[in-house]
Amino acid sequence: MTELRELYQQVILDHNRKPRNFRVLEDANRTADGYNPLCGDQIKLYLTVEDGVIKDAAFQGKGCAISKASASMMTAGVIGKRVDEAQALFQRVHAMLTSDGDTAGAGVGKLAVFAGVREFPSRIKCAVLPWHTLRAALSGAAEPVSTE
Amino acid sequence: MSTITRSSRAPGATAWDVERIRQDFPALHQEVHGKPLVYLDNAATTQKPRAVIDALSAYYTRDNANIHRGVHVLSERATDAYESARRRIQRHLNAASPREIVFVRQATEAINLVAASFGRTVVGAGDEIVISAIEHHANIVPWQMLCEEKGARLKVVPVDDRGDLIVDEYARLLGPRTRLVAITQVSNALGTITPIEEIIRLAHRENIPVLVDGAQAAPHQAVDVRALDCDFFVFSGHKTYGPTGIGVLYGKETWLERIPPYQGGGDMIKMVTFEKTIYNDLPYKFEAGTPHIAGAIGLATALDYLDGLGLDRVADWEHELLEYGTELLQAVPGVRLIGTARRKAAVLSFVLDGIHPHDVGTILDHEGVAVRAGHHCAMPVMDRFGVPATVRASLGLYNTPAELETLAMAVRTAREIIGG
Repeated sequence: MTELRELYQQVILDHNRKPRNFRVLEDANRTADGYNPLCGDQIKLYLTVEDGVIKDAAFQGKGCAISKASASMMTAGVIGKRVDEAQALFQRVHAMLTSDGDTAGAGVGKLAVFAGVREFPSRIKCAVLPWHTLRAALSGAAEPVSTE
Repeated sequence: MSTITRSSRAPGATAWDVERIRQDFPALHQEVHGKPLVYLDNAATTQKPRAVIDALSAYYTRDNANIHRGVHVLSERATDAYESARRRIQRHLNAASPREIVFVRQATEAINLVAASFGRTVVGAGDEIVISAIEHHANIVPWQMLCEEKGARLKVVPVDDRGDLIVDEYARLLGPRTRLVAITQVSNALGTITPIEEIIRLAHRENIPVLVDGAQAAPHQAVDVRALDCDFFVFSGHKTYGPTGIGVLYGKETWLERIPPYQGGGDMIKMVTFEKTIYNDLPYKFEAGTPHIAGAIGLATALDYLDGLGLDRVADWEHELLEYGTELLQAVPGVRLIGTARRKAAVLSFVLDGIHPHDVGTILDHEGVAVRAGHHCAMPVMDRFGVPATVRASLGLYNTPAELETLAMAVRTAREIIGG
């Protein structure tokens, strides 16, 4: 039960129930689709990037609590960041979710609430799906992203 | 945490000594996350009885050799064991001859074999293949691939809101261009038992052959291919308490004679020169390369085990469990069962209001309950019922009423943690 409470922290549950930036961004100039065929998580990410800065970010989709909260907190976290800062944040979040090192989780701010996901190997891909979709949107990938 | 009082309808009246039967399955006796394992993912794969595990071990310990080749004793023993496994399966299905029993990797390969060999010979541009809306991807994609290659069309029998096939619509889809009907006997995602006898009768009235996907039927009920009069029947060993990597294609001899080999290689030939190859007799024509000898022996052992228990009694026990599980889950606030067919096998597919099935699956796992959360390789079924995924508890002959109570309790826990 303790591990489960680590995974489903109040912050995550709150973002699941009331996801931030959960809308279509009409004037987005970067979009990408993420899809997790195993569990059916789907996300469409919208970004407005101007002068190398993410001015706005939003998402739509269906998914589990982990992927929805991850997308919600990610969009909130990258608005106002430069593209290279967002890329660096992707690397740090990815390391936190996938590596065993003690340093994992450093420099990710509020996103540290996702550290507990590491204990649930089958759920890691739910948490990273929005982040892979972000990277695809920033690099202009045409194919939908999959974390399978 | 809430407790559930065993209702008066809880199974137990049947003479089914489930605790003794559970002793036959070593994998059931373990803890996960500190809780006793409650294995409810039987539609994905079943656990194996000790007899099957021992048969595999005995084969590799004593008899291992290649078949149909060596003149030495081990090869003769391996060949005998493999061929007697084939006859065992023939008896189980009540097929007319062992020539009609082809060993394959699993139901998926059996369907692909028919799609390739039958499809190559019989299906042309403008022809039609009829499937249903509740098929597993394994009984959709091979036909789609065939249709694409041949310029043929796929016709899909719709289902109603309970998950029952609409037979009138099915009858209307059958026409002069229909070359094959390929339909499941039991839906893996919903548990629907289809009216397969009627499906076959209506197709045969138009001289259309029928392939029955029996992957989910074979573990739960006796199958008689001659009584059904189906043209092809496929099932997987691993869902029938046997090993992975072995499955069966039954085909009427007339069809198997008529259609070409699936794969080329050793064992499927009588004579090879660079000018011409003469194919082997049935069923070897369809068994290129060294087969899964141990798997075939293990599957025959699993069928011995099942017949020893009696598949009719298995079906009765599972039906009692299904009714009890349905009652328990319906009592949990926010649960909606997906698939409420009139005739149903022991599958409880459901969604929990406001909570994604994947989250439910994780929480259930932490309570020791193994279920599948996802689309169950049946994405069109999920679309039909307007859900991205479901939680699926699929029952087997060794499950108990107490395990269903644990399931229902764990679903309540999921509601508490995520808060629907």
